[in-house]
Amino acid sequence: MQLWILLLIPLVTCIGVGFGGERNARAIALGGSLVTLAWAAVLAMQFPHWQAEQWAYWPAPEDNAFPVLPGLGIALELGVDSVSLLLVLLNVILMPCCVLGSWVAIKERRREFYIWLLVLSTCVMGVFVARDVISFYTFFEASLVPGFFMLAIYGGPDRREASFKFFIYTFVGSLFMLLGLAYVAWQHAQQTGDWSFAISDLTAFAPTLSAGEQGWILLALMAGLAVKVPLFPLHTWLPLAHNQAPTAGSVNFAAVILKLGLYGLYVFILPMVPEAVVTWAPTIAVLAVIGIVYAALICWVQTDVKKLIAYSSVSHMGFAVLGLIALNPLGLQGSVFYMLSHGFATGGLFLCIGMMYERYHTKDLREVGGLAFKMPVWSFFFIVLVFASVGLPGLNGFVSEFLCLIGTFTAVPDAKTGYPGVLGPWFAAIAATGMILGAMYLLYMTGKLCFGPLREPADHHESEELPKDLSLREIAALAPIALICLIFGVMPWPILHAVEPVAEEVLKPYPALVESHFEQMDATAKVSLLSDTTLEGSR
Amino acid sequence: MTEMSSKLILITPEILLFIGAVVVAVLGLSSHRRVRHAVPWTTVGFLVAAIVATNVVYDGSEAVTQADLLFPNLGLYLKVMVGVIAIGLVLLGIGMVDRRYEEAVRDGRTGFDPLRVVRGEYHAFLLLSIAGTMLIANANDLIWLFLAIELSSLPTYVMVALGRGTRRNKEAAIKYFFLGAMSSATFLYGFALLYGASGTLSLTGMQEVFATQAAGDGIPLFGLIGMVLAFVGLCFKITAVPMHFYAPDVYQGAPTPVTGFISFMPKVAGFTAIIMLCAALGWSGHHIIDNAGVKVPTEGLPRPVHATLWVIAVLTMILGNIGALLQTSIKRLLAYSSISHSGYMLVGVIAGTAEGIDAVFFYLVTYGVATVAVFGVLCGLQRHGREVETLDDLSGLWKRHPGMAFVLALSAFSMLGLPPLLGFWGKLDLVIAGISAGETPLVVIMMAASAVSSYYYLHLAGLPVIRKPDARTEGIEVGPSRWPRVAGIVFGIGILIVPFGARELMEKAEASTKNSWLDPAETAMEIDKVRPEDPTPEAPRA
Repeated sequence: MQLWILLLIPLVTCIGVGFGGERNARAIALGGSLVTLAWAAVLAMQFPHWQAEQWAYWPAPEDNAFPVLPGLGIALELGVDSVSLLLVLLNVILMPCCVLGSWVAIKERRREFYIWLLVLSTCVMGVFVARDVISFYTFFEASLVPGFFMLAIYGGPDRREASFKFFIYTFVGSLFMLLGLAYVAWQHAQQTGDWSFAISDLTAFAPTLSAGEQGWILLALMAGLAVKVPLFPLHTWLPLAHNQAPTAGSVNFAAVILKLGLYGLYVFILPMVPEAVVTWAPTIAVLAVIGIVYAALICWVQTDVKKLIAYSSVSHMGFAVLGLIALNPLGLQGSVFYMLSHGFATGGLFLCIGMMYERYHTKDLREVGGLAFKMPVWSFFFIVLVFASVGLPGLNGFVSEFLCLIGTFTAVPDAKTGYPGVLGPWFAAIAATGMILGAMYLLYMTGKLCFGPLREPADHHESEELPKDLSLREIAALAPIALICLIFGVMPWPILHAVEPVAEEVLKPYPALVESHFEQMDATAKVSLLSDTTLEGSR
Repeated sequence: MTEMSSKLILITPEILLFIGAVVVAVLGLSSHRRVRHAVPWTTVGFLVAAIVATNVVYDGSEAVTQADLLFPNLGLYLKVMVGVIAIGLVLLGIGMVDRRYEEAVRDGRTGFDPLRVVRGEYHAFLLLSIAGTMLIANANDLIWLFLAIELSSLPTYVMVALGRGTRRNKEAAIKYFFLGAMSSATFLYGFALLYGASGTLSLTGMQEVFATQAAGDGIPLFGLIGMVLAFVGLCFKITAVPMHFYAPDVYQGAPTPVTGFISFMPKVAGFTAIIMLCAALGWSGHHIIDNAGVKVPTEGLPRPVHATLWVIAVLTMILGNIGALLQTSIKRLLAYSSISHSGYMLVGVIAGTAEGIDAVFFYLVTYGVATVAVFGVLCGLQRHGREVETLDDLSGLWKRHPGMAFVLALSAFSMLGLPPLLGFWGKLDLVIAGISAGETPLVVIMMAASAVSSYYYLHLAGLPVIRKPDARTEGIEVGPSRWPRVAGIVFGIGILIVPFGARELMEKAEASTKNSWLDPAETAMEIDKVRPEDPTPEAPRA
């Protein structure tokens, strides 16, 4: 029930916004998002499994299931584990910030804008709390509609192309994801006699399928999820969409929508098709590494700040995929942590860029720069968030990047822990160059934008609406984000600890897989591998 | 109860509609404007009466169990569905039919001449066509089936021609009539071959004969040819390849309310007929003889029929969606989209068994609701007193008519199959049925085709909302009557609300096709036992 209320609060707020008139829209939306935040905080306090040793989700499924088509086992079922609750918190914390960030930027069709924004966050939260495939898919797809309209109505000059590309790319991919999931459900029905679409049932069942079937299922699921992540060749919608979207849209896209893909990878692909994952992990990792380096190089030559940050998302999400596909708890924890820290850091950066754009109406590095003296408060937040993004120790980016890379580095076959690492040091080494490149382009951008002589567009004149530096409203939008970046950087342990049982649960099918592979190996290989690991262990 | 009287009881709803057709035809000639205005409402009244009568007839009446039908309970579901959606389709026509003439009479520019009004005819033909569609559900032999199909399509030829005047309309009327006649000839020839192959006209009898033949040496080739010819002919009704060419021209040329009607009603008729013929063949127990002369059992319909339907489905999905990509006229776009929807539904037919045909009947509802909603918008709006033609006409619609833009977006997204709207559940059902029947490649093609459709549905849903109104759109105003818009809004809300009742609806669809021979547990390979001597279907559900 609690989770249904969580989803309903923004929707009810929508009605308020719709009837509240054009002038009050933003205030009502802010109120609604704060109530949602408060309710989510209450849920987070009630959540009993923060320090659990065993994975569990909450509340128990029978309390929350709403049968839709019982004949086919389709029931809407909600529940959270620690990872999904953390992602919900990410979303609800950013929601008021988004509203504050669009306070004066959105001048026409305000009511609609805030309605789309609220619907979007409902859909996103729905994805995170869904415990059955059909509601997952429903929210996943439904999130396209508000995203599409936000982009198409309020976006930049290329909004039409960007919005259509965004919708069609994701929609096409996710149709195949639905197909893959329906196939698993059908096999489940064939072999157990009962139709079920509950994620727990399907993840328990799917690993028993043959390796060939798992490969096809992996392909179908990746078609939908890789677009959202986005993985290297399928990333082209992202820079366009993020660049053209209004500030709140960019924040939402970067901070939350991208996480839907990664969350799907972690909820479906890892537990469902372990054999295929082990086979294909190197390929996916290669794509991720290409994405990391390639996008970083593109960032280096960008002059459009917003586009630069959009491409940096492609690069950063590559690390998260690497951590996920490293198939050990360390990498997985890092990946989950990356989802959170990237959400806050990049979301905050987009907010900053939006605030600068409202004052200068340009995002071009050649036209604007040297703002440190003119806008010291803005520069302070901007630099903090850039450092968080770069991975400066003491801020959140460092923890997540480090864990992902360590996870990748140690992802070698290991009989002791039982996890079938297939990546190893080489992947980590090449990916680490992405970290260096990341520091280069982000610091280069910061240098141009904040330091040096003041540069302003020729036709610039001070706005009457906005003060020279940030207003209290804008500080209120950025301060919580910067604070969270700092807290996450200094004290990552509570979160990592909460994620640990989830990571172990997700990776549960893998050790058994290693054992069966191990048995198939010939004796000499086995002996050499064993002696290697025991040696390492004794050292 | 005699056979005759039990049959008559079974078709009470259709008899009511016949009476209604006569009544409205007469009322439409009245010189009193009030009476003429009452015609659509009388039509709606008779439809409601037919729906009520259906529920009474099927509520445990002996007539249902005595009639020798392939799907004893199908009538309940089909007639109620057709009746409810037909009410929406009647509302679309209010204020549209005879509009100019009525205005002239009202303003005193001309005297009233009964020969020049078509209001009565329009509604009479509409009721006749609906009666024909409903009769198909009760068909127990080929003659009845043929007559019912003809009754459902002949009135639509006239209805298309009623928009007299423009050249485009004349072209549409001629095309529709001649091609329709050709298709009737084709499937009638197929029916004749089927009679030759089975020696019986009764559908249940045919099913027994075919089951015996399949268990023996296989169904004779000319029986299969007959079946294929029948399908090809019926493809006209469901606008499937290769008989789809007429659709864009006819949909565009016909008056908009009629377009709404012919994009739904003939489809119901066609699919019901196709499913009945497939049921007579049976979705199991067939085999092919391989090179060594050994019988190899095959899944699903007999191979040649299966292959034909498979090709038809694939081509229909692909051509429909690709054709729609190129359109600027909304009605042409909807014509191609209706072609592609037929392709999706054929997947359910090919998958067969209880799941597949339930899915088709469920999908028909989702398609019908979205169709009424989208045509409600098109009929409810006009531009400088003329029909709304192109997508550009509607851009910026949100500013003046946000409700209409909302309904249009809802119905387009529903047709696209976006969750949680109604269309998604229909498509999901088809996908599951397809996968369950082992037709995974077909389902993959269906997914790819739906992916293509996202492009044009997105335009249909998006342009009215995202574009700024321009000079062209300023001319958009509401139509002469509020009822088409009401129909659009009511069915648009249906798209949002019905998914919550999807469970009941699906259960009704399941109950409608429930019978002794289609129970998956019994169908396996034991052909002889599939059909007991005395079928006693379960009591119909209320």
